[in-house]
Amino acid sequence: MSMFTEAKAKEILDKVIKLSKADECSATLDGSINGNIRYARNSVSTSGLVSNADLVVQVSFGKRVGTATINEFDDASLEKVVRRAEELAKLAPENPEFMPIIDKQDYKPTKTFIEATAAITPEYRAKVAAASIEPCKKNKLVAAGFFADTQRFSAMANSKGNFAYQTSTFLDFTCTVRTDDGRGSGWVARNLADVSKFDADAEMLIAMQKARDSAEAKALEPGKYTVIMEPAATAGLLNFMMNGFDARQSDEGRSFLSKKGGGNKLGEKVFDERVTIYADPWNEEVAVLPWDGEGLPRERTTIVNKGKVEYLEYSRYWAKLKGKKAVGSPGNFIMVGGDKSTMDLVKSTKKGILVTRTWYIRMVDPQTVLLTGLTRDGTFYVENGEIKYPIKNFRFNESPVIMLNNIEELGKPVRVGDDESPFVMMVPPMKIRDFTFTSLSDAV
Amino acid sequence: MDRRDFLRMTSAGAGALVLPTSWGQVIAAEALTTKMDVAIKKMLADVALNTASKLGASYCDVRIGRYLRQFVVTREDKVQNVVNTESAGVGIRVIANGTWGFAASSDMSPDSVAKATSQAVAIAKANSKFQSEPVQLAPVKGVGEVSWATPIQKNAMAVPLKDKVDLLLGVNAAAMKAGADFVNSVLFQVNEQKYFASSDGSYIDQDVHRIWAPMTVTAVDKKTGKFRTRDGMSSPMGMGYEYLEPKAEHKIHLPGGVINYSNSYDMLEDAVAGAKQAREKLTAKSVKPGKYDLVLDPSHLWLTIHESVGHPLELDRVLGYEANYAGTSFATLDKWQTKKFQYGSDKVNIFADKVQPGSLGAVGYDDEGVKTKRWDLIKDGILVNYQAIRDQAHIIGEKESHGCCYADNWASVQFQRMANISLAPGKDKLSVDDMIKGVENGIYIIGDGSFSIDQQRFNSQFGGQLFYEIKDGKLGRMLEDVAYQTNTVDFWGSCAAVCDESDYRLGGSFFDGKGQPGQVSAVSHGSSTARFNGVNVINTARSLG
Repeated sequence: MSMFTEAKAKEILDKVIKLSKADECSATLDGSINGNIRYARNSVSTSGLVSNADLVVQVSFGKRVGTATINEFDDASLEKVVRRAEELAKLAPENPEFMPIIDKQDYKPTKTFIEATAAITPEYRAKVAAASIEPCKKNKLVAAGFFADTQRFSAMANSKGNFAYQTSTFLDFTCTVRTDDGRGSGWVARNLADVSKFDADAEMLIAMQKARDSAEAKALEPGKYTVIMEPAATAGLLNFMMNGFDARQSDEGRSFLSKKGGGNKLGEKVFDERVTIYADPWNEEVAVLPWDGEGLPRERTTIVNKGKVEYLEYSRYWAKLKGKKAVGSPGNFIMVGGDKSTMDLVKSTKKGILVTRTWYIRMVDPQTVLLTGLTRDGTFYVENGEIKYPIKNFRFNESPVIMLNNIEELGKPVRVGDDESPFVMMVPPMKIRDFTFTSLSDAV
Repeated sequence: MDRRDFLRMTSAGAGALVLPTSWGQVIAAEALTTKMDVAIKKMLADVALNTASKLGASYCDVRIGRYLRQFVVTREDKVQNVVNTESAGVGIRVIANGTWGFAASSDMSPDSVAKATSQAVAIAKANSKFQSEPVQLAPVKGVGEVSWATPIQKNAMAVPLKDKVDLLLGVNAAAMKAGADFVNSVLFQVNEQKYFASSDGSYIDQDVHRIWAPMTVTAVDKKTGKFRTRDGMSSPMGMGYEYLEPKAEHKIHLPGGVINYSNSYDMLEDAVAGAKQAREKLTAKSVKPGKYDLVLDPSHLWLTIHESVGHPLELDRVLGYEANYAGTSFATLDKWQTKKFQYGSDKVNIFADKVQPGSLGAVGYDDEGVKTKRWDLIKDGILVNYQAIRDQAHIIGEKESHGCCYADNWASVQFQRMANISLAPGKDKLSVDDMIKGVENGIYIIGDGSFSIDQQRFNSQFGGQLFYEIKDGKLGRMLEDVAYQTNTVDFWGSCAAVCDESDYRLGGSFFDGKGQPGQVSAVSHGSSTARFNGVNVINTARSLG
């Protein structure tokens, strides 16, 4: 069993701190149980249950730091891991950017744990797979999907008396449905903390519909188009951009938020005034731990306010150098929108393209956050407020910074996960003008 | 963890370093040079094999693995992190009722191994209810007790940490002195100590080593607000620390005064060149979009081979097993069955292998005990084969596996992974200089950059590190903002020439991702410089106003 109670976690961490002979010691203890089921070709391929807990001990002598980890928690193992960290610290060169451990903090708990999600059973996972496979088999469709659920505890302590403990849960579901002739492909994804909000049957209807509707795709010429992007279609692009909100990188002149002549664009208007993005660990839809990787308390932080950059992340070292206050690094972000659904945005569109999903997004130029990638699993031509016909997939070359200056309309934000993102996100569907598609793809 | 996650983790601006749990425990440096006793491994393997047989499994394989990693992360004059990790345990795979089952344990006591084996059998039996295609394994003859080791000259794990730190900080200092504003360098070493045993009668002990020393040099022009980077010209290799001890014979002098490297790497020299070239990029001419003949160096071409040939010819993708994640493939079985499908021009001969010396994929036996080999994928431009493992070989009418099965950890299930996939050198003598002489309007591209390809591997876009214009057979000035967009079949169809064997070099990926839950693997791609006619080049410069 790798889910420890607060008392057990504290007992282990207290022992570690006491064992250390270094100038400073901090330790984190995390444990999780991950269950998953994978299927393809309308058949279950693998299923697994992985249970693990890890203790990470970091100690310092002066400015020399050593880190060691272990996954056994008897007294001898705890002694071993502390001594290993101390040995490594003594061998390590001095780090001129060394920062002392943080003081004792107060953390206001967030609602990250949902009992129902922690109670997911292998039978439930098998049912999710069956809910995908059975309707597809009946409808000449082929399902390939993955359902994974996690329950986790996170705890930390340091030699200045700081301590924190919290549990969390989440699940991630993705399913790709293809027509059996391979001419249509649809997709659905759901990322949630609470399994009671998950309905595999309803999700599958979306993927199956998109698979059927996307067959017989016509080719449109590449160029600049008005696009209606579902939340999952922009999440990957926004994620790349959010990584650039770093003060040091900006000050060093290597971010899109660097200023000509030096310095950064904090306080400057960079986006359309309808763009407001904030982080809030207590938002129940996208709750995250109330502390970051260094143990700093997270705060409700406005990152972009009406197009103006109001926050850049300062590491503790960079904050000290620049005379700023370091606050907890965000674990989520919420982009503010309106009340409309994706289909409402379609209804108000004279001519445009509806994008279900974007794929294989890579940075082309970090100077402008120019990204390339492709549409996938349901791309449609929209005219006079209606979806007219499926179109072939496009490659895009576009910057999310430019995209967020070309907003026509924003819809209602929904929770989106992205396997390449460190953030849990709330992203609205967006209608964007002049989105740049540079070539056609025959991929279905 | 994929390559991007790794680079992000080690990049400037990254916060506290969080280790992926699959990398296991952080250990003392001395423990990196020790090994487990083979007799103990055989005893544990026999516990699993006997248990599986008693429980009615028709097949069983056992992988006892100790996966060691060390990485040293630096920027400018600072060591940001030094980490040693170890992950050890046993993974047991069985077939029962015609269905795979798998279980793993970090507890390597005989009782725990027996318990994991019975779990694997139970999972196989439970999953057999959902099984619509019973497993058909291509036969493998047991090889008895054998061993294989990467032919390294110097175990990187045994080199004192101080030497590695001194090397990287020396490299950084050289780059800064040569005009860099920032430099990040990393040394990454892997040792997989893998023991494989199966009910076919094999007991295979392997010791696999890999090394990678990536570097990024950044130049900033504060006045214009422009910044440019140049990545190092090293390749990840299946070698020991000797790769970082440069030898003159491994230095490749390319046109334009650019230096590249084959079987050893002069990181210090490359850092100096990188700093100068990053600065030169700040004022390089922005490319005019249009059709160009491209001359692609092996340090660039490896990634295009990887994405547009390696992945689409993985049989599990072709069949749809990766449809929900990595995608499927345009290179469907019906195309292959015609025996006439023109994947590229007649200059294109692409082979797969798990044996090239120095390559990341080289092992004696794969992770299901199959002796490794070389085989053809594309011959004179025609698609002739895929990459298949034991339970797939029958689908393409073959009697044996290609030997390209891999698991990234003892706790991961082994599955089909990309072998080394390489473009065979041209048969006629042809140097890079002579190739360039024949180009009227072209671009010479060195190093890999941005890359993206669709889920069926048709449409792709690639950047690079260094771009030079070619006019009337002569190499001209440096270009910037270059990326080419192409379709796989058009691209390989436009291959007009491949330089001879003397130019053949390996590139590769240390972190190729696949599967759910995700696994990584390391793979090399060899080629000589090759020419592709009439490829669509776009300009990637944008203005944020």
